[in-house]
Amino acid sequence: MTSPTPRDHLVVIGNGMAGCRAIEEILARDPDRYKVTIFGAEPRVNYNRIMLSPLLAGEKSFDDIVINDHAWYSDNGIDLVAGDAVVAIDRSAQTVTTRAGRVEHYDKLLLATGSDPFIIPVPGHDLQGVVTFRDMDDVGTMLRAASAGGEAVVIGGGLLGLEAAHGLSLRGMKVTVIHLMPTLMERQLDEAAGWLLKEALEKRGQTILTGADTAEIYGLGKVEGVRLKDGRSIPASLVVMAVGIRPNVKLARAAGLAIGRGIQVDDHLVTSDANVLAVGECVEHGGLVYGLVAPLWEMCRALADGLVGAPSGYTGSVTSTKLKVSGIDVFSAGDFSGGEGAEDIVMRDAARGVYKRVIVREERVIGAVLYGDTQDGNWYFDLLKRGEDVAPIRDALIFGQAFASGGGASANPNAAVAAMADESEICGCNGVSKGKVVQTIKGGACSLDAVRATCKASASCGSCTSLVEGLLAITLGDDYSGERTVKPVCKCTSFGHDDVRRLILEKELRSIPHIMQALHWTTPDGCSSCRPALNYYLLCAWPGEHVDDQQSRFVNERMHANIQKDGTYSVVPRMWGGLTNPRELRAIADVVEKFNAPMVKVTGGQRLDIFGIKKEDLPAVWADLNAAGMVSGHAYGKALRTVKTCVGSEWCRFGTQDSTGLGVKIEHMSWGSWMPHKFKIAVSGCPRNCAEATIKDFGIICVDSGYELHVGGNGGIKVRVTDLLCKVATEEEALDYCAAFIQFYREDAHYLERTAPWIERVGLERIKAHIVDDPEGRMALSARFYHAQTFMQDDPWQKRAAGEDHKLHQHLAEIRPFEVA
Amino acid sequence: MEPTWLDIGPVDQLPALGARTLPVVGGDEIAIFHTANGEVYALVNKCPHKAGPLSQGIVHDTTVTCPLHNWRISLITGRALGEDEGCVPVIPVKIDGGRILIGRAEALGRAA
Repeated sequence: MTSPTPRDHLVVIGNGMAGCRAIEEILARDPDRYKVTIFGAEPRVNYNRIMLSPLLAGEKSFDDIVINDHAWYSDNGIDLVAGDAVVAIDRSAQTVTTRAGRVEHYDKLLLATGSDPFIIPVPGHDLQGVVTFRDMDDVGTMLRAASAGGEAVVIGGGLLGLEAAHGLSLRGMKVTVIHLMPTLMERQLDEAAGWLLKEALEKRGQTILTGADTAEIYGLGKVEGVRLKDGRSIPASLVVMAVGIRPNVKLARAAGLAIGRGIQVDDHLVTSDANVLAVGECVEHGGLVYGLVAPLWEMCRALADGLVGAPSGYTGSVTSTKLKVSGIDVFSAGDFSGGEGAEDIVMRDAARGVYKRVIVREERVIGAVLYGDTQDGNWYFDLLKRGEDVAPIRDALIFGQAFASGGGASANPNAAVAAMADESEICGCNGVSKGKVVQTIKGGACSLDAVRATCKASASCGSCTSLVEGLLAITLGDDYSGERTVKPVCKCTSFGHDDVRRLILEKELRSIPHIMQALHWTTPDGCSSCRPALNYYLLCAWPGEHVDDQQSRFVNERMHANIQKDGTYSVVPRMWGGLTNPRELRAIADVVEKFNAPMVKVTGGQRLDIFGIKKEDLPAVWADLNAAGMVSGHAYGKALRTVKTCVGSEWCRFGTQDSTGLGVKIEHMSWGSWMPHKFKIAVSGCPRNCAEATIKDFGIICVDSGYELHVGGNGGIKVRVTDLLCKVATEEEALDYCAAFIQFYREDAHYLERTAPWIERVGLERIKAHIVDDPEGRMALSARFYHAQTFMQDDPWQKRAAGEDHKLHQHLAEIRPFEVA
Repeated sequence: MEPTWLDIGPVDQLPALGARTLPVVGGDEIAIFHTANGEVYALVNKCPHKAGPLSQGIVHDTTVTCPLHNWRISLITGRALGEDEGCVPVIPVKIDGGRILIGRAEALGRAA
């Protein structure tokens, strides 16, 4: 169709989703306003880039994902120049020039150049077989590689990378995903949801390496594999780089337009040149760039309004992500970084694999992360965008729209339970309905324990405990005495220490996120109380298997030294049984001088403590001490501290046995073991007790006929003298009983509970029953201790001195201003 | 007005859920924190209570617990949380192309 007057020429650079959608919007407003020419670099019509994943996975064909076919271009009189990319813009002459030399004049120019995949410039990134995941050609390359089978590596565990991995995996390749960050899709998901996703993908046969940094892609001429900075290498015939995208601003920059992170535009999508507009992923608006589809549609509407008719203005977009990653539903929206005044409402349903977290600030939803069940995603997003006051429905918010608006909402948290139907299930483990629990309570079970004993509700995994307590409160009213006597580990959970320890073993929970999910933690990543406790329980439960979590360690255990009030550290090398020699003393003296340590002190445990060492100097100090044969004294740990001894029968005229020798043996047996709290041992050679063995966690008093074993003493705020456990005849027995006692304490006590309060809590008789009266049980305990020790007795100082975790000791950088105020 | 930024290095040099330090000649040492979500925050490395090195605390959510006396400090506002009162200066941070940028004036202790 032709119009009577010559029309303005609108030239579009970019034949993608943004460029074509903008034209559709303009045509819808006034089909005759512009003569349109679209330039595309790819030799094909406009297709839906989001659908590349199903295309790769074999769920769709190219025809399925075409948005605008050739008929659309011709019906609307649009000139499509596909496969001849624009290479230059001349703004003064108002022309564009293509690679083939074609020159086109424009009245208005629209840049829709989208974004480019980001290539990390590691060695080998240009090898044959390294591809990005951005267009049809990439998919073609990937499909060809997949038809040959073999192994593929995907670099980048964001949405795009996981889609690529899923597709390749369905095509029969063995896929490894390498992700730099500690959790997958960290932009869209929080730690807990990212962890669930990782678990699920691993179950489907993909290998996921998080916290993995690519050092190089190797191969002769073509890809043979990827090497990580930690030295691991993963063989692969195909490497997909999906680490991110960045706005394609090359043409715009060369043309002298204002560029920030993208092409800068105003509210009408006009660039710094009034005749040039830009839309889509290539633009920066209000300081933001967008990589999702919804903002793009909003931009196109505002752009068309501005060009044809009534300018409306684009005010930026609030984005949400709802997607299926390898068939798993995930959703996120808004701000889920937590922070000031932000409160988390978390619901975890381990049985269904569901995690929901809604973040509320000042009674308004500010963010949401959903995993496994995204049904209410749109509802939360709607509440968020409207800034609606959620105070009236707050307690029911996490249960979703149906529940919250179905009358379940109320200021009383128990109302949610009250609103449940009688036949609805309370306890999934034992299949107990609400009606049954209420009937049990009415039948006389008026405490949680009574309910557990009678109808078994909450008696297994315990995750329905709060529901049962709610029913007790509702049913008994004022007669309900309330709180249980079991104190929860911390505010993140309703489980006590004993329950957590029992469930780690029963449910075979093997990582901190795994525990938090299975036991319905109410915070996303715990707190400084529960994380160290869980880390300890795991390493005690799974010796040799659990990977210690540095970030769940208190500073002293992380730095392997004792922090002092000025932020420096003190260093205590181990001196077995309190014995030392000239070589060790010289090494200590040298360290003190070399590092200008302001003080050296003899400790209460018969060791030397070097004070005032800076965290940067610790590895060098340890290297020097290691060189003289000394290892960490663990004076900083919830661990065996020292074995204090007297000189014993070898020198002392009162000594009855070789207390020094026994002390050295015990220290060699027990050093390096992590415990619920610090643990001190002493061996005295006679009842005069010069080693003060009766205020130690484990004390031995030598007598003529053998060894008296004492337990549960400590100095400290509340002094407690030991209880006599038993008497044994030989050194071997003394060592064996000591190992068994330590292991029983390790397996039974609560984290941060020393032996004295532990014994007062559980009773000496219980300890005796396990250690003294049950020889088989004792042998099993000591065997478990010796087994655990095979993994623990390597010197942490040596590893650090050799460079392990060097980042913990070094500054990130230093600022030296030219002028100092 | 957009502050002047200082590039202090790549994000991948930060431990997950941890912190590293940045001494400032003639000024207060800065702690750069990395949260579970991969966000980066910066505070003066001094607890408002007894000047404990916050960089050595346990990071959880957007909070750090001071290693000396367990005060909890918000990484976003620098304010002590819970019963405690006090505030430590916050240094603005932005991430650009995988690099950490911090506000120059604030880093030098000369915020406007």
